Amino acid sequence: MNTPSIRVDLRLIADMVDPDCRMLDVGCGEGGLLAYLEQEKQVDGRGMELSMAGVNECVRNGLAVIQGDADTDLKDYPTDGFDWVVLSQTLQATRRPREVLDNLVRISRRAVVSFPNFAHWRVRTQILLRGRMPVTGALPYSWYDTPNIHHCTIRDFIATCHEERYEIEQAVALNGDGTPMRMAATSALASLLAEQALFVLSRKSS
Amino acid sequence: MATGVPENIAIDDPGKRVVLGEAEKLPLDSGESLGPFTIAYQTYGTLNAEKSNAILITHALTGDQYVADAVHPVTGKEGWWTMLVGPGKPIDTNRFFVICSNVLGGCLGTTGPKDIDPKTGKPYGLSFPVITIGDMVRAQKRLIDHLGIEQLFLVTGGSMGAMQVLEWAARYPDAVFAAAPIAGAARHSAQNIAFHEVGRQAIMADPDWHGGDYFSHDVIPSRGLSVARMAAHITYLSEAALHRKFGRRLQDRVQLTYGFDAEFQVESYLRHQGSTFVDRFDANAYLYITRAMDYFDLAAEHGGNLSKAFTGTKTRFCIVSFSSDWLFPTSENRDVVHALNAAAASVSFVEIDSDKGHDAFLLDEPEFFEVLTGFVKGCAVHRGIE
Repeated sequence: MNTPSIRVDLRLIADMVDPDCRMLDVGCGEGGLLAYLEQEKQVDGRGMELSMAGVNECVRNGLAVIQGDADTDLKDYPTDGFDWVVLSQTLQATRRPREVLDNLVRISRRAVVSFPNFAHWRVRTQILLRGRMPVTGALPYSWYDTPNIHHCTIRDFIATCHEERYEIEQAVALNGDGTPMRMAATSALASLLAEQALFVLSRKSS
Repeated sequence: MATGVPENIAIDDPGKRVVLGEAEKLPLDSGESLGPFTIAYQTYGTLNAEKSNAILITHALTGDQYVADAVHPVTGKEGWWTMLVGPGKPIDTNRFFVICSNVLGGCLGTTGPKDIDPKTGKPYGLSFPVITIGDMVRAQKRLIDHLGIEQLFLVTGGSMGAMQVLEWAARYPDAVFAAAPIAGAARHSAQNIAFHEVGRQAIMADPDWHGGDYFSHDVIPSRGLSVARMAAHITYLSEAALHRKFGRRLQDRVQLTYGFDAEFQVESYLRHQGSTFVDRFDANAYLYITRAMDYFDLAAEHGGNLSKAFTGTKTRFCIVSFSSDWLFPTSENRDVVHALNAAAASVSFVEIDSDKGHDAFLLDEPEFFEVLTGFVKGCAVHRGIE
């Protein structure tokens, strides 16, 4: 079988995930990452997806995916049920992002969370100079049709991790297409220059 | 034939039969035991040398073992899941060995209330022990053991069949590699028990029922059973499906006749459903099987916590519901999904968009077929089946 191709930002996640692990992809879309990891790393993968079309496509392809919602359905999973959980580009669309994050680090030893950085310079300048809600590559929606209801910046996210005492194991600054940049997401420059960021979190061992 | 079985139910069907429970009776949830008992079953396809390709299909309330026959020996119609089961179908009988048995308490060959009680030489009637979904599954397990199969590749079925699938997965997790309960629930809801009670009361209110001893009177409670079927049939459809099929169209007339004939097509349709049903189904079996469904509550068997029914399971699950099914709605299927998640089980869950109500699981729903095909294929890869 050919190696399935996946998006650049998902490739980064795929490279992090350990072989043979148990993984949950929250918001797995049509299952690209799951299919890739099952084939390339023999991962025992599960998925959750809001859109029925996405779920059906996944299950048609033999993936273990349920129709579900990060806000309501993560609480069912047992503590430490997974080695890795992935929430890619979805946090800003959840109703209660802090609870979602809490559940992610509860149900999995490691949580990968990526999101668009609302403090990127292009976002800042659109608001500052034009006085309009930003529309960028990472945030392609108009104010009236955006699913993103809880925007955050990289610094907001880091502050929340500190408040919640999450361990930040990795912090990767990403450009618009999801390619890693040569700087840590925690750096001052990344706050301005990174269009997206990807964090690997875990519960702090108290 | 004073104590005989009416001809329309004494079916000389050509299916497979096995007598079990001779050495060891089957213990029942009621505390009674049954044995020996007969299981009537059908098989399709060939069991491979490793015995790893067996699929058990569990039938619904009024279903039977003729899941994939071209011609049903009683009704003359196709088997009830021929769209799904057969050569080249989602459950491919070229690849898998498919087993389907008539449930315990049924009326198509497996021991049930219309059969002769060896103690009295007369049909059991109401002296047949009350059975449960758990009893049905334990009886099926005896059949699977008899066939020498240690692990079923897949157990699947819809409605009451889904209840049996869940019972199988909970009771015999090591014997079930994959489980696909379709349009089911982990317990029978109050509303569903209520509908069943209407059906049972209709049967028992029929003077021809004779306290369940109708065979001695050479009659069957056909009016009661027919009404039970009519009421139940409404629950299998959706408002949208009824409207699409019948609307308010009149039956064989151009204007209202102001009487109590079947004025509307929907009335005529229901009457037909009722009257054809009594030709193929035993009234007492209907009482017993509806009762078994009412008693089903998988969580209650595990201290009220459904996820405990699946602790540590390695079975791969695929739950399917249909959007317009109000008898076994998506919410009840989702409860099963939540419990399986809590048990960290491998689970897929799909709600199929359909306006056909509960019956959708028996009808041509291409998206459902594709989902099940994908699930079966994925599981076959993991099980190492060619």
